[in-house]
Amino acid sequence: MSPRGGTGQEAEMPPPERRALLTVSDLHVHLGESHILQGIDFDVAEGGVTALLGRNGVGKTTTLRALMGLVDRRGGIRYGDADIASTPTHRIVRRGVGYVPEDRDVFAGLTVEENLRLAERDPEPRYSLVYDLFPELKQRAKQLAGTLSGGQQQMVAIARALLNDNRLLLVDEPTKGLAPLLVAEVARVLERVAELATVLLVEQNLGVVQRVARDAVVLDTGRVVHVGPAQELLADTAMVHRMLGVGAAA
Amino acid sequence: MSTFVLLTVTGVGLGALYFLIASGLSLIYGLMGVLNFAHGAFLTVGAYAMWFTESKLGGIAVLPRFLLGALAGLVVGGVFAALVELVLIRPLYRRHIEQVLVTVGLALATTALVISIWGNDARPVPAPAWLGETTTLLGAHIPNDRWLLIVTAVVVLAGLNAFLRRTRYGLIIRAGVENRAMVTALGIDVRRAFTLVFAIGGVAAALAGVLSNVYFSTVDPSRGTSLLIFAFIVVVIGGLGSLRGTAGAALVVGLVQQYANYYASSGLGDLSVVLLLGLVLLVRPRGLSASFA
Repeated sequence: MSPRGGTGQEAEMPPPERRALLTVSDLHVHLGESHILQGIDFDVAEGGVTALLGRNGVGKTTTLRALMGLVDRRGGIRYGDADIASTPTHRIVRRGVGYVPEDRDVFAGLTVEENLRLAERDPEPRYSLVYDLFPELKQRAKQLAGTLSGGQQQMVAIARALLNDNRLLLVDEPTKGLAPLLVAEVARVLERVAELATVLLVEQNLGVVQRVARDAVVLDTGRVVHVGPAQELLADTAMVHRMLGVGAAA
Repeated sequence: MSTFVLLTVTGVGLGALYFLIASGLSLIYGLMGVLNFAHGAFLTVGAYAMWFTESKLGGIAVLPRFLLGALAGLVVGGVFAALVELVLIRPLYRRHIEQVLVTVGLALATTALVISIWGNDARPVPAPAWLGETTTLLGAHIPNDRWLLIVTAVVVLAGLNAFLRRTRYGLIIRAGVENRAMVTALGIDVRRAFTLVFAIGGVAAALAGVLSNVYFSTVDPSRGTSLLIFAFIVVVIGGLGSLRGTAGAALVVGLVQQYANYYASSGLGDLSVVLLLGLVLLVRPRGLSASFA
């Protein structure tokens, strides 16, 4: 995102020194009768974490799903040098996009090891990195993923995205439903991940956002209402309260 | 006692036939959400390909002729099924009503086409003499074709299980049955698995066609349609998408049908199977086994 503060709904050009890896322009999504995304524009600068914020139900998850091609979408999505707005999901992923979905979506009937094997794309998957971050997954290789705790399932979901050398990671509420100790653990992992790839992070826990995010994009009812540096936004209590609601002020 | 043994072995053999059809139906529904009403057409096409090949190979001995015919049936059934997926199902991706309509249409058209070319009458299919003889078990004289049905189904069940457990495509299919979208979000083109599952289902259905040719000693145009009904019942009872549940349900349906036909009254077998279906739907609406293989 542009480091300039601003509340405009127009796409802002990134400053010349930081190139945009992802440029979303006038993106629309309809689900049934609902117009979920009503023409959103934002950039994700290369490197670091960009947080996608907003109250419940404003379209954050839908935005990630639209970028992944998991819902029908209309508008422009520029990733690197290519337009991926009509590219099928598996081709988008093969361009180096990793997805850690809301609610983890691990395959319950497959073992941990099978879940990871399914995610292998590169000729040499980075198991050493994954097991370094999550040693527990090695011990639980033969366990069915459906019998893991929420935190362990989140590890599998993140590990799947880290196994390949991805350029962009879309991470949807990785701390949802986790105990405070695990939230800190996930934040630590996200910091590590941000050194390896660009991250677009949906997150309700503002403590985690504070710790890991550089830029912030705020959505409200299917529109972008604010873009700017994350720290600036979080320091402005009145703005946080207005844009993210009381419940989100963690 | 000997009657009971004969009924049991025949029931298991019939269950084996149902399993061969139902396994493909169950996999296709589990992975793709497609109710494939054209599955009986795969059986019919396979059965006729076998009969046609055998009829063109008049000069050679019965066994190689039979084996070549069977092989031709399997190949044609598998290729036909894969083409159906590529040409008819794929363009209608995510449009389930249209997919049902196109498979129903294909089923009707296939039967009509077969009748228009080879007529409505049953045609004799030559098979090795051994299959027409009997083996004595516990005092019962059991036709040998029953053993062939049972052994084939067991081999297919074991093979499908090994395929699902040990291969990359098996992994993709098991994962896809759980959550297709997430499989594509891992960079996998799940549509290739769709074609593969259709091809596997087509070969299994064609195998059922070949074996039904042996069991009935003839081939006729309505075979696929009539067996498909029982296969659907098996799939629903077994739980959609579950291979093990399908195998168990096929066994139960085959046995119930045989016992009811003999001990109650002839013709009651089909009715009792439908009653069984109703009972399962009332007690366990998701089928006997809700999990996958």
